[in-house]
Amino acid sequence: METGTFRVKAGLAEMLKGGVIMDVVTPEQAKVAEEAGAAAVMALERVPADIRRDGGVARMSDPNMIEGIQQAVTIPVMAKARIGHFAEAQVLQALEVDYIDESEVLTPADEAHHIDKHAFNVPFVCGATNLGEALRRIAEGAAMIRSKGEAGTGNVVEAVRHIRMIKGELRRLASLDPVELPTAAKELQAPLEIVREVAQNGKLPVVLFCAGGIATPADAALMMQLGAEGNFVGSGIFKSSDPERRARAIVEATTHFEDPERVAAASRELGEPMAGLEIGELDAPGGGGLLQNRGW
Amino acid sequence: MNRPTVGVLALQGDFEAHAKALADVGAEARTVRTREQLEGIDALVIPGGESTTMTLGVESEGLAEPLRDFVASGRPVLGTCAGLILLDRDHLGLLDVTARRNAFGRQLQSFEADVDLTGLGTLRGVFIRAPWIESVGDGVEVLAELDGHPIAVRQSNILAVAFHPELTDDRRVHRWVVTTNGGPPQ
Repeated sequence: METGTFRVKAGLAEMLKGGVIMDVVTPEQAKVAEEAGAAAVMALERVPADIRRDGGVARMSDPNMIEGIQQAVTIPVMAKARIGHFAEAQVLQALEVDYIDESEVLTPADEAHHIDKHAFNVPFVCGATNLGEALRRIAEGAAMIRSKGEAGTGNVVEAVRHIRMIKGELRRLASLDPVELPTAAKELQAPLEIVREVAQNGKLPVVLFCAGGIATPADAALMMQLGAEGNFVGSGIFKSSDPERRARAIVEATTHFEDPERVAAASRELGEPMAGLEIGELDAPGGGGLLQNRGW
Repeated sequence: MNRPTVGVLALQGDFEAHAKALADVGAEARTVRTREQLEGIDALVIPGGESTTMTLGVESEGLAEPLRDFVASGRPVLGTCAGLILLDRDHLGLLDVTARRNAFGRQLQSFEADVDLTGLGTLRGVFIRAPWIESVGDGVEVLAELDGHPIAVRQSNILAVAFHPELTDDRRVHRWVVTTNGGPPQ
């Protein structure tokens, strides 16, 4: 038996496709997510909206809290490590989480280097705002990519920008002549070998999910139609007025994203969505800044 | 069959990997998310994924009865990993086995291993948070075991495996879907 192969790591992301991965902060929320049809949960101490509000340094969650969630559900449990903080990742691997998110939602621990993800048997998902960033993460060993969006805002505009950017750059790469690929690799700041593979296949070698700002069933359907293979929903569910219904509705819209009548039915009577934030205000002086700019 | 149309249940999971594998063996793959989409297909694949998510999808879509009718029609049905779980006694009740979910452990214990499958020979099995089969009814033929646990079975027109043939380049299992009319693998 051979464990920790890339096929096994990337394979779990294949199994999550077409699904919704939900942020949860308690075992009770994890049960709600599982019963609503979540394909996995992300165990963390505070959802991004609260991390943004509270400020300070955001770190890996308490192992007790992660274990409580592992005991509460049978679906995969993911957890976040700070960018570059390989010791946090080692702890998460020791806890046997199913996926590690090297996440810009937490405060980066290394301003130059991401974690060497090849060194782990647990797979990693990483955020990206463009194709070059995605390919650098894959070169470091990421087995799944998610567009970053702008976490904790309930505003889907940045997620749309990032998925459009990644899909557009993929199309452009696929159209290039092979002799143009070394220059493309230079521009993308990504290894030529991976650039060649991606140009040939016209898609990333790993699963691509969307994250950051999804708050409604229609948001979920939008991201799927733009080419996401599944959705992460962070603050959007448990910061809304009726998490159970909203969780089910977002799962339904992610599955039936091509059927507007189904998305319409899922959108009815969900109560209040989370309050959203305007991206321009965050980016202005004193606005708290953008999480998506973390990572290199 | 002349270029058969094979449905892939696409409520959630690795249905695209199956669609690609089916295209490799000359089939036209069609995603199935509704009852209507079950009509007019020659065979069906229930993919890997999260069995809890897929079970909820089957319920909300009212797919249990149409799936039972499909199996009763004798057309080939392949289930992999969560697909096996969905077919078992505790779920759709179409396969007379009891599967134990995540029996091999969490993702850290996920693995690849060679599997000797009766009729097909040695295959590379990719096991991801995989189930094994705890008990098997009389009409079920065990085709492969690992560590003493059944991991591949056939019951008339259903072939169910605990691993993911769609994640390798070996197409022997998918060829079964399109060439054997639901008979023994060969």
